[in-house]
Amino acid sequence: MITRRDLLKKFVKTATGVMIPLAAFEIIDPKKLFADKPFKTDEAKVRWVFLVDTYKCVGCGLCVKACKTENEIPYDANVTRTWVERYVVTKNGNIYADTPKGARDGFTTNRIDLGMGKKQDIKKEDIKKAFFVPKLCNQCDNPSCVQVCPVGATYQAPDGVVLVDRKWCIGCGYCIMACPYGVRFFHPKYHVAEKCNFCYHRINKGMKTACVGACPFGARMIGNIKDPGDPVTKILMTERVGVLKEEYGTKPQVYYIGLDKEVR
Amino acid sequence: MLEMVHGEAWTIKELFTYPNEYIYWSAQIVMYPFMTGLVAGAFVLSSLYHVFGIKELKEIARFALVFSFALLFVAPMPIVLHLQHPLRGINVFMTPHFTSAIAAFGIVFSTYGAIVASELWFMYRKHFVEVSLPLKKKTDKSFAEWVKYLVFGALTLGVYDTSEESLKRDGKAIKILAAVGIPVACFLHGYAGFIFGSVKANALWMTPLMPVIFIMSAIVSGIALCIITYLVTVEIKKFMISRKKASIAGFQTKEEISNVEFNVIKMTSKYLIFFMVFAISLELLDLIFRGYTAVKSWDVLRSVIYGKDFSSIFILQYGIGNLIPFMLFIMPGLTIRRIVIGAILVLFGVFMMRWNVVIGGQAFSLTFAGYMHYHLPIVPNNIETFKEGMGGVLAILAMPFVLFWMFIKIFPVFDYKESH
Amino acid sequence: MKSHVFRPLLVVIGLVVIVLIARFFYVPSDFGSHEKGYMYGWHRKGNEDEWKAFKVKYQFNNEYCKDCHSDKYETLARSPHAVINCENCHGPAMEHPSDPAKLKIDKSREQCLRCHYPLPYPTSGRANIRGVDPEKHNPGVECSMCHNPHKPNLRGMK
Repeated sequence: MITRRDLLKKFVKTATGVMIPLAAFEIIDPKKLFADKPFKTDEAKVRWVFLVDTYKCVGCGLCVKACKTENEIPYDANVTRTWVERYVVTKNGNIYADTPKGARDGFTTNRIDLGMGKKQDIKKEDIKKAFFVPKLCNQCDNPSCVQVCPVGATYQAPDGVVLVDRKWCIGCGYCIMACPYGVRFFHPKYHVAEKCNFCYHRINKGMKTACVGACPFGARMIGNIKDPGDPVTKILMTERVGVLKEEYGTKPQVYYIGLDKEVR
Repeated sequence: MLEMVHGEAWTIKELFTYPNEYIYWSAQIVMYPFMTGLVAGAFVLSSLYHVFGIKELKEIARFALVFSFALLFVAPMPIVLHLQHPLRGINVFMTPHFTSAIAAFGIVFSTYGAIVASELWFMYRKHFVEVSLPLKKKTDKSFAEWVKYLVFGALTLGVYDTSEESLKRDGKAIKILAAVGIPVACFLHGYAGFIFGSVKANALWMTPLMPVIFIMSAIVSGIALCIITYLVTVEIKKFMISRKKASIAGFQTKEEISNVEFNVIKMTSKYLIFFMVFAISLELLDLIFRGYTAVKSWDVLRSVIYGKDFSSIFILQYGIGNLIPFMLFIMPGLTIRRIVIGAILVLFGVFMMRWNVVIGGQAFSLTFAGYMHYHLPIVPNNIETFKEGMGGVLAILAMPFVLFWMFIKIFPVFDYKESH
Repeated sequence: MKSHVFRPLLVVIGLVVIVLIARFFYVPSDFGSHEKGYMYGWHRKGNEDEWKAFKVKYQFNNEYCKDCHSDKYETLARSPHAVINCENCHGPAMEHPSDPAKLKIDKSREQCLRCHYPLPYPTSGRANIRGVDPEKHNPGVECSMCHNPHKPNLRGMK
């Protein structure tokens, strides 16, 4: 028969037995949890942000070409860290958009790629407005891709850039699913999650990202929003800019001048 | 050589999609919630007897528990086949990031496994002792006997007490574990639903109803599978009796088996209908709500639900998978054959529901202006199209039965004389 | 333990201990919640440096080319193509000074058509760039046969 005393003793024993190894986990530090939003005490001196001027973009795709080469993304693979989208709105209200091969070779036809081998011819006189929109990782303040990583293989660096640890990623694809912007993919060679990281190796050496360097028209700019003298910061503080898919609450950090409501 | 991107082999893109979008979560991610659902369902079925004392379910309860245990080992297999780096899967236990629903998998799944294993231990402890004790005393053991002795000796965990009092305590422990197991089983599967329901980037998946829908359909599928497997094993038993012309495991005649069989199955199918009605109600609520509120994503969702995926949702899932079995079960003059057909269709329906959630959720682009079509690789041309194609799916489907066949060598599932 | 009821619990505790020991050896010491907290900063700190050490390929600074190719530099600087970086056509040149043979110049028609295929898109800079119809304008011939990319105006015609 177990007496109540025995039972209590056993309970205490087991409870401590369970608690001690759990303490060894050292996973959740309440202080650090509190340090998270919304009371984040952000002491970092650098917070990288990006600015895109869609008026200036001509859709040449030199940024995509440079990015793929710089970041060793297999050139012919149908994935890319950055890409350029084309939007054409016709007078009868139709909206066409495409990004063939991510615009790696630019847009050298006026026919819109509809996928599955189909193309759409649009006459010059039918066009009401048309423009190009470069896309890249938004390095969100609240990155949903990082939140869902089960192993801590993707994370936000102190300067706000979201990186992927190629040695720790298990390749589950949850981050790819969680990104509302579709910037992530599996690297064809390393088979881990891959994404734009603002050319982390370049910006940390005082250089511009490859896409910024390659753009002849100044449509792309990178800057440090913590530095009031930074040209990007100045524009963000004085001009009207927009961000993509604000409704997801990810707080994207790629800003756009001349964003249209049709941009997806 | 052109380097294929993961997912490119089975994805066809239409209209405006982002360049990196592919169907990254394919057939194995359909299998994953399907198998987890079967685990949870089989366990809940067994608990209905152990906790709520529904006597009619006594015979199927023990069976369901062992089957749940077999399924338990298969449930993580689809994930392993899906991972790009399967060996690194261990990282989920090593550096869990609990803000991710997948990280909870390690903890919830292990807890659940421990509960089922413990419950089985209490249930069959006496049997382990009965097998190992005579072998322990036997001096000239053959090699096979040595192996058997070592296995069963280890399974006793060093406890050889089979007194009336200790067995009573076993019974109590089973009841407690079965009771604790129900919320854990629901959590196990509810969180599988949470994995999808919490993806805010996916317009089809994101709904708080997802975990509840997943639990309900899980129980439905678990019960259906138990009905089918139970009947098949009983048929095998009957066949063996008629061939050997001898009584096996406490049954005197074939007729006796048939009587027990029919009562058990009839009762079980009632529970199946109950949970099925609940599951469908929730799914319809979700659909109606989406249509009524018609937020930004509704245009593209509608074109998928009522257009591109119409036949797999309304004909295969709701028609063949729900409506027909419902009719089969409620029409008067229920027969075993009708129950079996109904249960098979129910299983198919739940599978299609998983399919329509996982694949359907990736059938439209994040742009809401394009579509992606999935083509299940049938004939594999590399390891990837095998793992995440028909071959991998069939391997996963076959595995629980192989494991179950191995487990019944350890757990005497069909020994009806046992109590509990 | 006096009662056998707790035997399975002992097994479970044993397994947890094994996992914790394995964790001790397996997880790198710099793994933890860093600056961004557990939600966004749970990672292996050393990975940040691994990314910083990634190889740079493009210089993207025409001053870099000036010392050796001052003639080309001067010509280009005075042309409408001054906005284009040398490396956009000549390829990544980070290692070019030490390994001059490595550069592969992109002289394809497609390279020029990136900008000069006429797309009359209002509200986009593209509308302001002069274009040619590649199917009618000397098809099959490299543009640089007639045009000097460093001095693209008509006076620079070869």
